[in-house]
Order: sequence, then C-alpha cells, then structure tokens
Amino acid sequence: MSLIHEIDFGTPASQSEKLITLTIDGNEVTVPEGTSLMRAAMEAGIQVPKLCATDMVDAFGSCRLCLIEIEGRNGTPASCTTPAMEGLVVHTQTQRLKDIRKGVMELYISDHPLDCLTCAANGDCELQDMAGAVGLRDVRYGYEGDNHVFAKSKTDDISNDRWMPKDESNPYFTYDPAKCIVCSRCVRACEEVQGTFALTIEGRGFSSRVSPGMHENFIDSECVSCGACVQACPTATLTEKSVIQIGQPEHSKVTTCAYCGVGCSFKAEMRGEELVRMVPYKDGKANRGHSCVKGRFAYGYSTHKDRILNPMIREKISDPWREVTWDEAYKHVASEFRRIQYQYGRNSIGGITSSRCTNEETYLVQKLVRAGFGNNNVDTCARVCHSPTGYGLNKTFGTSAGTQDFDSVEHTDVVIVIGANPTDGHPVFASRLKKRLRKGAKLIVIDPRRIDLVRSPHVAAAHHLPLRPGTNVAVLTSLSHVIVTEGLFNEKFIRERCGWDEFQDWAAFVSAPEHSPEAIEQLTGVPPQALREAARLFATGGNGAIYYGLGVTEHSQGSTTVMAIANLAMATGNIGRKGVGVNPLRGQNNVQGSCDMGSFPHELPGYRHVSGEATRDIFDKLWGVKLQDEPGLRIPNMLDAAVDGTFKGIYIQGEDILQSDPDTKHVAAGLAAMECVVVHDLFLNETANYAHVFLPGSTFLEKDGTFTNAERRINRVRKVMSPLNGFADWEVTQHLAQAMGMNWNYTHPSQIMDEVALTTPSFAGVSYELLEKEGSVQWPCNEKAPLGTPIMHIDSFARGKGKFVRTEYVATDERTGPRFPLLLTTGRILSQYNVGAQTRRTDNVIWHEEDRLEIHTHDAEQRGIHDGDWVKISSRSGETTLRALLTDRVSPGVVYTTFHHPTTQANVITTDFTDWATNCPEYKVTAVQVGASNGPSKWQIEYDEQARKSRRIVQTLDAAE
Amino acid sequence: MDNDNHKTTADKLVYMANQIATFFHTQPKDEAVEGVSNHINLFWESRMRTQLFIILEKEDNGLDPLVIEAAAHIRKPGSVPA
Repeated sequence: MSLIHEIDFGTPASQSEKLITLTIDGNEVTVPEGTSLMRAAMEAGIQVPKLCATDMVDAFGSCRLCLIEIEGRNGTPASCTTPAMEGLVVHTQTQRLKDIRKGVMELYISDHPLDCLTCAANGDCELQDMAGAVGLRDVRYGYEGDNHVFAKSKTDDISNDRWMPKDESNPYFTYDPAKCIVCSRCVRACEEVQGTFALTIEGRGFSSRVSPGMHENFIDSECVSCGACVQACPTATLTEKSVIQIGQPEHSKVTTCAYCGVGCSFKAEMRGEELVRMVPYKDGKANRGHSCVKGRFAYGYSTHKDRILNPMIREKISDPWREVTWDEAYKHVASEFRRIQYQYGRNSIGGITSSRCTNEETYLVQKLVRAGFGNNNVDTCARVCHSPTGYGLNKTFGTSAGTQDFDSVEHTDVVIVIGANPTDGHPVFASRLKKRLRKGAKLIVIDPRRIDLVRSPHVAAAHHLPLRPGTNVAVLTSLSHVIVTEGLFNEKFIRERCGWDEFQDWAAFVSAPEHSPEAIEQLTGVPPQALREAARLFATGGNGAIYYGLGVTEHSQGSTTVMAIANLAMATGNIGRKGVGVNPLRGQNNVQGSCDMGSFPHELPGYRHVSGEATRDIFDKLWGVKLQDEPGLRIPNMLDAAVDGTFKGIYIQGEDILQSDPDTKHVAAGLAAMECVVVHDLFLNETANYAHVFLPGSTFLEKDGTFTNAERRINRVRKVMSPLNGFADWEVTQHLAQAMGMNWNYTHPSQIMDEVALTTPSFAGVSYELLEKEGSVQWPCNEKAPLGTPIMHIDSFARGKGKFVRTEYVATDERTGPRFPLLLTTGRILSQYNVGAQTRRTDNVIWHEEDRLEIHTHDAEQRGIHDGDWVKISSRSGETTLRALLTDRVSPGVVYTTFHHPTTQANVITTDFTDWATNCPEYKVTAVQVGASNGPSKWQIEYDEQARKSRRIVQTLDAAE
Repeated sequence: MDNDNHKTTADKLVYMANQIATFFHTQPKDEAVEGVSNHINLFWESRMRTQLFIILEKEDNGLDPLVIEAAAHIRKPGSVPA
C-alpha cells in the first residue's frame, strides 16, 4: 500500500481529435491540438517547474516559473499558456531559464515563512518542491523587508499592517494568509470547478490578497466548503484541519462517497487505520476530481461516540437495552422470526434493504427474505423516493434507470431541471451543470421554489416556471401541447424509434385545448407565455436533457410525471446520444443499486418480476429453494398489515423509516404492533425506539463492496479501516442467515457480486477484477457491452419501440381549504443529508443547526409571524413546531422546510397519500396552516421523552467505546 | 384532526384501487380494464388482493366501476403455504 499520487499535467486536457507532434528536450511527443506545452512536456515525462498551474483549472500564466524556450522564437514564454504546435522544438532547461526561475523563487521565498519543519504541508508543499527543483540555496533579499509573514517587525516591534491572522472559522480547513503566494489557484478553483465565485483577489501588486467574499471570514462568505480551493492550494495556506492535527497521510485507497447518488470517487488518505482526509479522485468518472462539503469533510460520524458497537436486545420497547453477544443476538432473532412465522404464517415477516449499504449487502438482505423467510416481503427506501422512476421509465423506455452518464451534460444545449435542487442535493453534478451553463447552455427550471440555480453568479435560468406544488403533470403535458400543436416534435425520431400509433394517440391527447398553457394557468399558476417559450426553447435549442428529482416522484401522480418526462424526451428526439436524455437524480448513494439488486417486493435482481418462471428457476436452482411467485408487501403495506395484526417481524438494514417515512404516527403504530423489530444501523436511530433487537452496523470506510450511482455506474467501495463494531454489514446478514439455517459461506463481497453476475443478465460481465481494471462500469455490462453502457437506448429502446403514454392531470386529494390554506413542500440543504443521522454528527451542523420553515413575507405578515419566531404548522395528520424563515423564494401560499432533524418531526404532518402506481408517498404536497407558537408541540415533547427512555442501555459487557 | 388519520387498511385499499382506476380511465378504452387488473396482479400482495375480493362482495363498496369490471381478471390468491 502506498499513497496514490495523481499526475498533475498542469493544464486541462484538450478535447481535440487532431494530433500534432513536437520535440521537447529531444523527445518526440504527440498530443491533441490545443494542448499546452506544459502538458505536452508532462506527457513526455518532463515536469516543468510551476506554481500557479494545475490541471483542475485553466492556465493563468502568473507565476513565471514554467518558462521555456522554443527554437526560432524570441523570449521565454510560459509553457502553461503556450499551445503546442506541429514541429516545435522546445527546451525546458537552459542556463537562461535556470537563472530566471531561481530569481523568481528567490522573490517568492523572501516573503514566505521558513517554518517548513513544523508546517502542516511539510511533505506535500509545491513551493518547497519548486525551491528544491530550481536549486534555491540563498535568498539575497533577506526577510526583514516589506512582508506578509510576520505580525510585527523584528527590528522595531511595530505591528505589520500587511500581516493577516489565520482564519480558522471554517470547521474543516484553515486559511493562513502568511503562507499565501497569491497564485490564485484557489480563486480559480472556486470559479471554474465549483462555480460559486466566493473567492477573489483583493488589492493590487504586493498588496494582492486572497479574500473570501468582501474581506470576510470563510464561514461568513458565500463559501460552500466544497474543498476545491484547499485541493488547489500549492502551499499550507489552505489546509485541512485534520492534516494539521494528524500529519501527512502515508497510504490511500480509492473509494466511493456514501452520501448522495452522484457517487463521487475519493482517495481515502490514511495513516495506519486513521483517516487523515478524503480527497476527490481525478479519475472518478462521476465527479472528475470535484467534491462537496459532505463527501470531502463530513465523515466524522464514522467514529462518533454515539455509534453503537455491541448488539443489544430487549423484550419490550419500554425496557432498557441489554448488551448481548453477537451469537445471542443472532439466535434470538432467528428463534423469534421462526416463532412468528410458525404462529402467524410464513408471510408475517419481512425485511428492508438499505440504499446506503453496498450492492452486495442489499443483495444478501433480499436473498435472506426470499430464500430464508420464504416470502417476497422485501422493500427498500427507494419506495419513498424513486420508485415512480422505476415504474415510469420501465413503461415508456423498458428499463428503470437514467439514460446518460454525467459527462453527457458537457454536450447539452438546453437543460430542464424539474423537482430537483442540484446545488443542495447533488452539489457535484450541479457544479458540472453550472460549468456547462456558463459556457452558454440554456436552463429551464420548473420548481415551486426559486432554487439557487435560477439565479446564481454567472448562471441564470432562461425560464423559471414556479408551479403550484402538485401540478407537475399539467405543466409537462402542456409543454408537450405546445411542442405538438406548434409542430416542433421530431417526427423522424418518433417514426424510427417509437410506436407511431401510440404517438398519434398521445399527440391527439396533448393537443386538446384543455392542455394549453392558457387553460392550465388557473391550476398551476405558471404564466402561459413563459411556458410556451420554455417549450419552444427545449424543442428547438439543440441537445435537450431533463434532470429531475424527488419533486417529480413524491406525488400522488409521481409515476405519471415520470412518464410525462419520458414523453417529452421522445417527442423531441432527445434520447440515445450524448447531451440528451432523462436523468433521475438519485437521492442516496445506492438507491440505483438497491433497486437493481432486487429490493422491490415484486422484482428479482435485474428488474425481473417474481411471476416469471424462467427467472425464478435460475434462483430456485442456485439457492436450492422454491421462491414464491406472488409479489410481497411494500413498506406502507407492511405497516398496514402490522396494524391489522398479520405482519409481526421485520429486519431493517440501514434505514430510519420512523423519521423518513410519511405519517409518523402511522409508522409508529405499525412498528409498535410488531413482535420483533430488528434494526441494523450505526446509531440508535428513531426507528430503533421501536426495536427489540439492535445489530450494530459498519460504515462505508469499514467494508468492501460496490455502490451504483445515478448514472448506473458501479463503483468500488474499499475498506480502509476495521469495522469498529467488528463486522461488515454483509457479514452480519450472513451470520443471521446462518442462524436461520441457511448454508451461506461468502468470504468476500466479490463472491456476492459473482453471484449477481451469474444470475442477472445486465450484470453478467461485472466482476471485481473488471472494476479493478476499469475503475468503474455502467450496467448493462455483458457480452454485448463488455465495458458497460454509458448511454442507453442508442439504436432502439430497451423495450423495442418507445411508448408514448397519455398523462392526464389528476389533482391530488390533498387540497387546501379554509382550515389548511397553505401548501407545504419539502427539500434538502447542502450541508445536511437525508434524516441527518450522519451529517448531524459532524461539524456540518454549523451551517444548519435546525430545520426552518420558509414562508413568504406576505403570508407571514398576515399571521403576525416574524423571522425567527417559533411557529406551529399543522395538517390533517398532525402538528409540529419549528422556527420561521421569512423569504420570497417561495410564492405566497407555499411554505417549505427540510427534514434533517428528528426533533422537527416534519413527517408528523405529511399525509398518507401516495403515488397511484408505486405507493411512493406524497411528501411534496401537504395542506397546512401556520400560526404563532410558544415552543414544541405536545407530540414533540412526548416523542422526545419516549425516545430518551427507549435509548437507555444497561451496560452488561465492557463498552467498546 | 380529521378522520383521515384513522383510515382502515380496507379504506386505503379502496382508495388505492380507485387511484389506479383513475389513471387507466385516462388511457385508451381497450387498455383500461386490463391495465387495472394487470397492475393489481403485478404489485399487490396476496393479502391485499384477498381483502379486495372481500370488499368487492360488499354492496356500496366505494370501488370505481373500472375496478369492479377488472376484478374478473384479478388473480385470486391461492392458499399460501404456512
């Protein structure tokens, strides 16, 4: 094991296909046209000294260190800004160049502290490296003159106005201006890579300084703490606090982030088993070397003191927990589950797989349920997020997945973002999207709330359609109405690729006058002219891509909306090539994977219905069982059945249904009615309040496996430390299965993936060996596509012909009225993730200590609510309290909150309405009333008390903490 | 609060079935009946279908006529081995 060093080529790669050949230091080198001389030299293995250049940002040419000489040309041009040309003869090391470089370095070092031995960057400092590279031995100018290094003048003890103190305001990194060489790499990383423009250079000449915002602290500036500047910094100026505390790492492994569905690749840089830092991996095909605050910094939860490390059981949920041995826990669960099945029937138990766990772990949980429990009662958290994507895209295209890779966005001309807030939910994708928008692509945002993308530095949406929550179908159908009635559809594509009769039926349907933008304005609140212009732009603006999130799926018409999106893409011919497509932005790291692995009660791995005899036969033979041909219960159905008394036991791996699922009281009632609830998690989450058995889980740093991201990319997760709890989650599931009599003997997750490949045609070519070689692959990966499939449906749809489906708008039954006049919708914030179990246990809380209710100033004024006031929010389901945030980002009549904190209890107010096809809950629309309040509601107080009681642990074993 | 919070499973099943019917009402006529029965066969667990048949026997069951029409094509759950 050693530290993975990625080559810094100095400038970004050229995309040109034309190759040119030149000579550098006597070596012939062939590179794409447009490559810089610096990069060409590096391709030939020659590292030209440099400070202000790095290949994550464009060349800048300010440090004057990378100078070279070209035969037949005057002067000493900078190699970073000089393009390579056919036949050039370049010298990177001459006496003249040596003298200039030494002189430049002398100046740099004359204004830099000489505390290398005690500096955090010691061993990882490009300034130090360059001093060595140019052979700097002496600084003739001395260190006493004008400088930024010392707080006080050494000679007369007068304070130095140029000196600035260290900014330690960000919880994860420090900014030490005394060490800054003003190369502006950080400023450019913030602009070009992250797209936030939080940093700038203030002052001129010797007074130039890096400044967050308007000479602010990092924490007070617009900085989103993505870490790009820290990564770009060649000195110790911007340094991770963890590196300052621990020291430089000595080995690293490439792994995959366990937060959102973008699935960024990181190098986990280690010292022994201690994680020093996470650095985004340049070869990561989802993130291309970028990161966000969560993946880069928010991993502290993995060693948080709240982690439960010993298995625990209790008879009643009102009892305190009792620590037991693993063996005792397994035996207890096995005997309880068997007892329940004997008493209440085979179908009285089930399991929930986790979209945070690996594919291999998910596969094992569904296998345990199907083969071990002998039923199909297995579901996953995708039920509450992207199950409509599965249904809708399967109906129309024939496969339940996004059609593109993330690189595709670089070729997009018009983007529709609907029901998603990428800058907060999928930040690294948002940065890639913003990069494309800054280069001229057009953006249409369809969202009730003015999300950041609508207007942020150097990005502005061409159209923002601020629709009323719950009217997605009306708006999308109306976009199609405009496209069809104005003759803007792509007839050639449709005739070749789609069912023509179905298209004609659909075209007649959308053309009806009641679907015109003017007719639907009353329902949706969207100005007809804007809608028409948006439709025309999407149909005629070049490559059109649609990106969507849970604002699409989490509605009673979620599945219909997904189909409306698919219709729109097909009608405009935007499927089957780079730059187009339908792109669901998946919420959790492995939502895609958990669905692929057969986590749904009606589907075996690879989206094959349980009623298919041929498919069942494959598993029957391999597993030596007879699988049920009946679909099992979905999560909400399990809870209903529990309340009815026919569902009594559940194994929940890595999901907190009590906090994340709607209508909390119903979830609580369902859990309370069960006789054996087994929670397998890192922490005593909210669901664990109702559990009888707790099995400690492991983090993504503690196990091997794979995650599959939103682009169907299968990425490796690599173990960098031993599980604190002793076992990876797949081992726990295996031990449980063994206790139930299953003959499982996996010794490594790669064997589980081999079984997936053996049984599932779309994974047939996947193996750890291939992933080792390729880094990652996108399924389908089989004989037809040995290296995977970046873009789907290229020549034909998975189902053959694309199917147009009529999408009639049906109003949700969740309606506003005199008692509940406002519509509540929910979302995420950048620094927090989902139910917050992980991010709340990191320093990310500095950005978001509590969930706030965003309310329009007009609605607030009517109710006498001021910014920061406690307000009560009530719906037909329940009520809760939180503090108000006055804003104009939401329209009057709409309120918005996040759901990251359990005390907020946002799901006490959400209703039990669900998507008609998949039972995906309607989180995004709840009719509510808001009023002033004194503090927490009765339910919140009772809940807190119950939660506190249910977390008591009687210590019987030595605590491992 | 309203009664919505105390819906029985039967209430919910009627609601869900009617939601499915509402979608297929908007589809071409010849696909509607098959659409509803297919959907329920594919996604409803046997005890949900069993309950649906019990509901179907009641007069005034609140079910959409399309669900009632589709019932003939909905698979009757067999005896599930215990």
